[in-house]
Amino acid sequence: MDHNIPRYSFKPINLGRWVIWSLFAIILLGAPMLFTSSLAMTMLSKMGIAIIICLSYNMLLGQGGMLSFGHAVYSGLGAFAAIHALVKAADGSWNIPVSLIPLVGGFAGWLVAVILGSVTTRKSGTIFAMITLGVGAMVFSMSLMLPEFFGGEGGISGNRVIGDPVMGITFGPQIQVYYLIAVYCFICTAAMFAFTQTPLGRMLNAVRDNPERVEFIGYDTQRVRYIAFMIAGFFAGIGGGLHAINDEIVTAEVVGPEYSGLYLLFTFLGGALFFFGPILGAVLLVFATVLLHELTKAWLLYLGVIFLMMVMYAPGGVSSLIMMNVRVAAFGLLRKLWTAYLGLGGSALVILAGVAVMVEMVYHIKLNEALGPMMTFMGVELDTHGVDAWVGAAFVTLTGVGMFEVTRREFVRQWGQAQEEIENEIRRRESH
Amino acid sequence: MNTNTSSPGAGGLALELRDVRKSFGKTEIIRGASLAVKEGERVALIGPNGAGKSTLFNLISGRMGISSGQILLHGQRIDGHKPYDVNRRGLARSFQVSNLFPRLSVYENLRCGVLWSMGEGYSFWKALSGCKAVNDRTEDLLEMLRLDKRRNTPVSSLTYAEQRALEIGVTIAGGGNVILLDEPTAGMSKSETARFVNLIREVTVGKTLLTVEHDMGVVFGLADRIAVLVYGEVIAFDTPENVRANDRVKEAYLGSVLADQQAAEAGV
Repeated sequence: MDHNIPRYSFKPINLGRWVIWSLFAIILLGAPMLFTSSLAMTMLSKMGIAIIICLSYNMLLGQGGMLSFGHAVYSGLGAFAAIHALVKAADGSWNIPVSLIPLVGGFAGWLVAVILGSVTTRKSGTIFAMITLGVGAMVFSMSLMLPEFFGGEGGISGNRVIGDPVMGITFGPQIQVYYLIAVYCFICTAAMFAFTQTPLGRMLNAVRDNPERVEFIGYDTQRVRYIAFMIAGFFAGIGGGLHAINDEIVTAEVVGPEYSGLYLLFTFLGGALFFFGPILGAVLLVFATVLLHELTKAWLLYLGVIFLMMVMYAPGGVSSLIMMNVRVAAFGLLRKLWTAYLGLGGSALVILAGVAVMVEMVYHIKLNEALGPMMTFMGVELDTHGVDAWVGAAFVTLTGVGMFEVTRREFVRQWGQAQEEIENEIRRRESH
Repeated sequence: MNTNTSSPGAGGLALELRDVRKSFGKTEIIRGASLAVKEGERVALIGPNGAGKSTLFNLISGRMGISSGQILLHGQRIDGHKPYDVNRRGLARSFQVSNLFPRLSVYENLRCGVLWSMGEGYSFWKALSGCKAVNDRTEDLLEMLRLDKRRNTPVSSLTYAEQRALEIGVTIAGGGNVILLDEPTAGMSKSETARFVNLIREVTVGKTLLTVEHDMGVVFGLADRIAVLVYGEVIAFDTPENVRANDRVKEAYLGSVLADQQAAEAGV
């Protein structure tokens, strides 16, 4: 074989990739100009942080097949390290600019991952998951035993406005903090994507797919998992460090199971199979924990139901739903499906309306009894003690379920047809 | 590298088993197996079902630890070593049931097999696209295995024969000089088998080969010497002609297999 002839074309600039990363940068830059309210600013900042942490989590879940139940340990301890650094910087004992404090968090997250990962990454699969659960519980319980570090009930507070402004930046206004987060978010996302294109990143996929075979091609699977775990800990810690600067207070719950659960849940919802999945997941996380949380007391219930539906019907998450449709669209078949989608969406909304009325009525009876039996839902007056509202809601729900089932069957048929056409097309192209 | 395959025995021993034993609980599966494979030699390991052929492969490749005895690769002990360490010393094995990375493409499967041997190790500070030696070697392998048209296909969508070819490809990708193939042609049609044996011969040129095989046509066509394993012992290790003539082998195994084969051929 002749090595002098290049058999694959060399592409110095990958145009598609440039477009996507430029878009990402533009969105990060432009979002606060489009959404200027203080709520939007808070949410955007939280999204930037959540993106880093969810992406770091997916390094374990999606790329390495490691189901961790304790990722908040690394982001949370990173946050604590950062808030302590912030306090030290404020009283003058450490000379460190606020813009580098997230790196302190990253270093702390890495260090914790070095220590704890040496135990957890020895095993894979269920045992790994169990150990991370134990480690998470252990660290969370330590937060109650070590109030000097964790600040007890009140947590540790700091002040991010330290010293003289550098080029007019004080990190006082939220917009300046947002841009700090945005810069870190972009760099970390790029770095984590680059990681997937390295020898270790590829071997991590191999370890996910088939750890046994990896051992027979020269790699120590434990070592692959361990290094990836440390890197994930580092990025999680940076996310935690940004959290400390953003909130100026860190309480023990950030290392707790609730945060770990949210990272797991939303990384999964966003989709662990694609690199960008956790980014969508992080955006959804902030919408759910800020907006849905404000909208209804039953937000966790809705979240649970959504998660359940996703696991059952679209285990690849939102990103794989998108990619599946992009594939269909690429073969020009999406227009055949839009009526079915309309039907599915419509009937899903009907179900949602029916179920939501019942859920909200239950919550009203249990929590707002003092306000009387009447409540308003989407502008409609409902008597929670009357039979009418309940029968009506049940009827709407059942109708929705019926409609949904009918449209779902039709959709599955059409979807299967489209997939078949695509397969045929691919085979036709391959044979040419 | 020894490219003169026609005269095995020119070099020293590539692989040596000295009185290897393996027990599971009280049951002894391998009972003092000894074998000395020369550099560049092609050896077929045959024997009845349950003789311990696959177990022996697992012991040699480090998948399982031995109970007693010694295993030497190029004169150095490898028993008790981890599979990845055995592999780094130049011994690579394939599996009876395809054991690949199902979500990765054909190209990525092969590249994973190449990475360690090219010294990439656990590096996460350089891009795969910049590892020229790795990528060139992977391209060569694709061509050699005739899988170049399937380079971006995920393993889960390959045909059975393609999966078997890739299984061999991942095995030889690291450039090991002692190759263990566990029933490489199992489940293939006659014509596929014939093509596949040629492929195996091609990709293992200059290497030492130890293969478990049930198809006697393949065994007699491929092997310089045949080792017969019965009840965890190597009862014969000789050239195909001598093994065929060996009374003990006939009695224990080959007699019935050859009779079956002749009957089958007569029936056709």
